[in-house]
Amino acid sequence: MPSILEELPRFFNYYNSIFLAKAFLYTLVLSFVGCGVGFLAGFVLAILRTRRINRWAGLRWLATLWVEVWRRIPFLVKLMVVFFAFQFAGGNVSMFTVAATTIALSASAFSAENIRAGIESVHPNQWDAAETMNMGGLTALRRVILPQAWSVIIPPSMTYSVGLVKSTSIASQIGVLEMTSVAKILNQKGFSAALCFGSILLMYFVICYSLNRLAAYMEVRLALPRNR
Amino acid sequence: MPYLEIDNLSADYGKVPVLQDINLAVERGEIVSIIGPSGSGKSTLLRVLTGLLKPRAGSVAVAGEKLRYDSPKDLRRAREKFAIVFQQFNLFQNMTALRNVTIAPTIVQKRKAAEVEAEARALLEKVGLSHRIDAYPDEMSGGQQQRVAIARALALKPDILHLDEVTSALDPELVSEVLDTIRLLADDGMTMMIVSHEMGFVREVSSKVVFMADGRVVEVGPPEQIFDNPQTQRCTDFVSRILRH
Repeated sequence: MPSILEELPRFFNYYNSIFLAKAFLYTLVLSFVGCGVGFLAGFVLAILRTRRINRWAGLRWLATLWVEVWRRIPFLVKLMVVFFAFQFAGGNVSMFTVAATTIALSASAFSAENIRAGIESVHPNQWDAAETMNMGGLTALRRVILPQAWSVIIPPSMTYSVGLVKSTSIASQIGVLEMTSVAKILNQKGFSAALCFGSILLMYFVICYSLNRLAAYMEVRLALPRNR
Repeated sequence: MPYLEIDNLSADYGKVPVLQDINLAVERGEIVSIIGPSGSGKSTLLRVLTGLLKPRAGSVAVAGEKLRYDSPKDLRRAREKFAIVFQQFNLFQNMTALRNVTIAPTIVQKRKAAEVEAEARALLEKVGLSHRIDAYPDEMSGGQQQRVAIARALALKPDILHLDEVTSALDPELVSEVLDTIRLLADDGMTMMIVSHEMGFVREVSSKVVFMADGRVVEVGPPEQIFDNPQTQRCTDFVSRILRH
């Protein structure tokens, strides 16, 4: 313990602090971009799967395949698949792009299911009423269905997002300079493991706890009036 | 020429025929009630007219204008003619009574918000709910919800109002408040098609009663004919069974 205290000022020197702060931002941006893009894509997938429109039969089938496949593959394997897919396509892309794509892909498949469950939790007679009043599908979705579906969509989606933030640590495997890689590098430079991993532990906690608080806040804000 | 003219209308659920060669004419201001055993296609007929189920064959015309149910544009046109009130009310759960009434006129029909709101308040007052304007559906009784649903349908200014078993989901003591509201509309000369099991009410308000069975119109006539002197065996059986108790 005394040795760690002694090491503290040396550990949090200017260079290391910037290094850690950058890694923190990197993880944050990676998670945010990945989950954001994934959630939007999940919306499209969920709409394709829930609206029974004949013209969309082919797309619906593809959406189902996409969701069913990506939900069943471990994150590390997905990361490799995306990595080699980019290589195969000849794209010279950054590791950040590879990692963000993998997160978006996972998030799209999982949130598609959450959003679908939310949409389907709303009684079909709400669609009937909207339809006979000549509301278009998207208008009905936005004004009638989603406001009643958020309470089903938000909790599992936020839980999954927290899981994805934690999964970003796996991206250290392909050399993305996020928090876990940085901790490993500092550790290899001779700083004590307790300090290296202790500091990123705190940073992961800060991100994930904030997300949980945000989820709790959104649940209240987006709930139907009776549940507020 | 009748106001609403239905010619040889047929529809299927999957491969099961549920409406077969329906012919029906409704005059302006008329109240036509549809009765019959469950599964006879009464509600299905209203679902086809309001564009919730695509017809297989036949034609529908309102005031001489033929309605098609094929393209989204045709569907929109058809739905402009009708409004429907459902058995389960189907009020939007995330909106107040007032918003339920104003949403389609403002969002769909793009009418002026202030004008729509004034109308909506008047309609809610007409159905006796001016004190519940800001209530959400699950804060209201079934009868109140159904009256909001009627106000919501009227706000669309339909040519014909369809009422699909609007009292069937209500507690018995709440039925009369909804029936009273419908009587008000009848007094205004609203053209209505009513699917109902309230035989006393049907007999009282209807200008014409349609008896359906197995997806077909079996008998059409004034209420006195259908209830007192039915011309067909099936109608006789049905009426004697329901009037016995």
